[in-house]
Amino acid sequence: MSTLTHTTSPARPRTDPEPAAASERRRRTSPGALLSKGVVNGLLIVAAFYTLMPVSWLLLAATKNPRDLFGTSGFALGDFNLFTNLHHVFTFNDGIYLRWFGNSVLYSVIGSGASTFLSVATGYAFDKYDFKGKEKLFAAVLAGVLVPTTVIQLPMYLLATKVGVVNTYWALLLPALVNPFGVYLARVFSEGYVPNEVLEAARVDGAGEVRTFAGIALPMLAPAFMTIFLFSFTASWNNFFGALVMLNDEKLYPVNLGLFMWNSVTQQQPEYYSLVITGSLVAVVPLIVAFVCLQRFWRSGLTAGAVK
Amino acid sequence: MAAPLAPAVKARHTSPAKPPGPSKLRRGQRRAAALFVTPFFVLFAAVMAAPIGYAVWMSLFQERSSGLGFGGTERVFSGLGNYTKALSDTGFRASFAHIALYCALYIPVMIGGSLVLALLVDSAMARAKRFFQLALFLPHAIPGLIASIIWIYLYTPGLSPVLDGIGALGGSWDFYSNDHVLSSMVNLCAWQWIGYNTVIFYAALQAVPRETIEAAVVDGAGALRTALQIKVPLIASAVVMTVLFTCVGAIQIFTEPKLLNQRGAPSVDTEWSPTLFIWKAGFVQHDYGLAAAASLLLALLGVILSYIVTRLGNRWKAAS
Repeated sequence: MSTLTHTTSPARPRTDPEPAAASERRRRTSPGALLSKGVVNGLLIVAAFYTLMPVSWLLLAATKNPRDLFGTSGFALGDFNLFTNLHHVFTFNDGIYLRWFGNSVLYSVIGSGASTFLSVATGYAFDKYDFKGKEKLFAAVLAGVLVPTTVIQLPMYLLATKVGVVNTYWALLLPALVNPFGVYLARVFSEGYVPNEVLEAARVDGAGEVRTFAGIALPMLAPAFMTIFLFSFTASWNNFFGALVMLNDEKLYPVNLGLFMWNSVTQQQPEYYSLVITGSLVAVVPLIVAFVCLQRFWRSGLTAGAVK
Repeated sequence: MAAPLAPAVKARHTSPAKPPGPSKLRRGQRRAAALFVTPFFVLFAAVMAAPIGYAVWMSLFQERSSGLGFGGTERVFSGLGNYTKALSDTGFRASFAHIALYCALYIPVMIGGSLVLALLVDSAMARAKRFFQLALFLPHAIPGLIASIIWIYLYTPGLSPVLDGIGALGGSWDFYSNDHVLSSMVNLCAWQWIGYNTVIFYAALQAVPRETIEAAVVDGAGALRTALQIKVPLIASAVVMTVLFTCVGAIQIFTEPKLLNQRGAPSVDTEWSPTLFIWKAGFVQHDYGLAAAASLLLALLGVILSYIVTRLGNRWKAAS
């Protein structure tokens, strides 16, 4: 979208090269300053419109019956049919959508919970302990961050066929457990959040290492846990390619693969449009709510990744 | 996957807590370390290292139909045969040309856009900073497949308010035509990632010491000059990391071309991107040797890209 690619910035009035704070103060209230304030905020509003418009359209489209969907223009309101559409989505094909939704929750919540626990324990050990080959192992973790996951999907599928886990819940859960980026983040957070002195004190008191980790370090790492969980959750909720490769049985589908299948017949059977649109909305709302409520955590995660 | 990847990001060394006590303590720590890292590395070996090793093994064999095409096939060792087969395949070669063209358009748009937006949010003149960050980040909360579906519908005549708007202004636009489909794809991906990277750059800008910026202002640099000459060089490493991750992501693009292809965009064929080619080779033609070789070539490209971008970034940092 070209609106966002302006690398030219708002034209600012050239001020004389006369220095210093006095001219700064004068300029702050000058018309030029007002203009640039308007331009800066105006550009941000345009950008926010661009990012929010498609989601708003989805919300509106989910309230329309199939006739209005094509009959009324995109942002005009048709008859309010949101509840009819929702009922249709939840009852269609014996309520398969709800099953998909449950599968997505299973893959994402259970899988990410376990994977985050593993990442935090591993990252903590990398930070606090010395062991043989530590930096080599950590280099392997960093290499793992850069391995394109889609590239190992096909051999993973063939291995899974050999082991007999293909087309089972394990086919998506097992790969989701390994999150190298989570280990990297956990190490960074452990450096920042868990002071060595606290561990020393616990050791002097005679607490074992595992108890120290579970009772003292883990609570300190709670924000890190949440951050890594969010990243991992997003990745597995997003994992469309993996599901497409690993699953044939539609009873095991996560929401996105189910929607993909519905979407692939819309051109022959337009009545599926409503199902896909309403189904997409139902899948997206919990994510948006989670992201808005958990802002603090993804922010800190992005910061940890960016400011190093 | 070897070590030239040493990323720009390195965890700081902190000295591990050294117990003053006897060796029993240290033994306990060794045991704990083993307990904490072993499960991860066992799984890491199973779902990352093993598939890569297996792909290497598979890529060295080809299926040959035995005899006169009757009966079964047999697997024969073919050395680098699959690699030459992949590299001489016009479809595979074309898929890299498509990706190169896509990156040439996508990376400047996305990185440039994110950088400009981050500087705007960071500027003293911006209002409602939290709201703007959240609004820009929101698309990232939406799964890629659903984002693609939404935009595909926004590209569809009859459904799309965007096309209605263009029509009302007397224009016309076909999002799927050969001339426009690449920009349609770039828009689809930029929408998902621009806000995410804006937040990353903004976070990096927060770490720029305020004194530095004040000093520039006192020296008479305007907001624009401060942004371009002071702030941008100071967050160069974040930009480089983002370009790196964007490249590695871009060569794996699958969902967007798959859906555009499903919609019948004429120039997006079933081998448009390398991952689509691999998908077709593996799951449609069942040529696993070719698919494995193509996968490894793609992974190799990812490594090379990472290496180049990291090297460039280091030189850039050294120069600034």
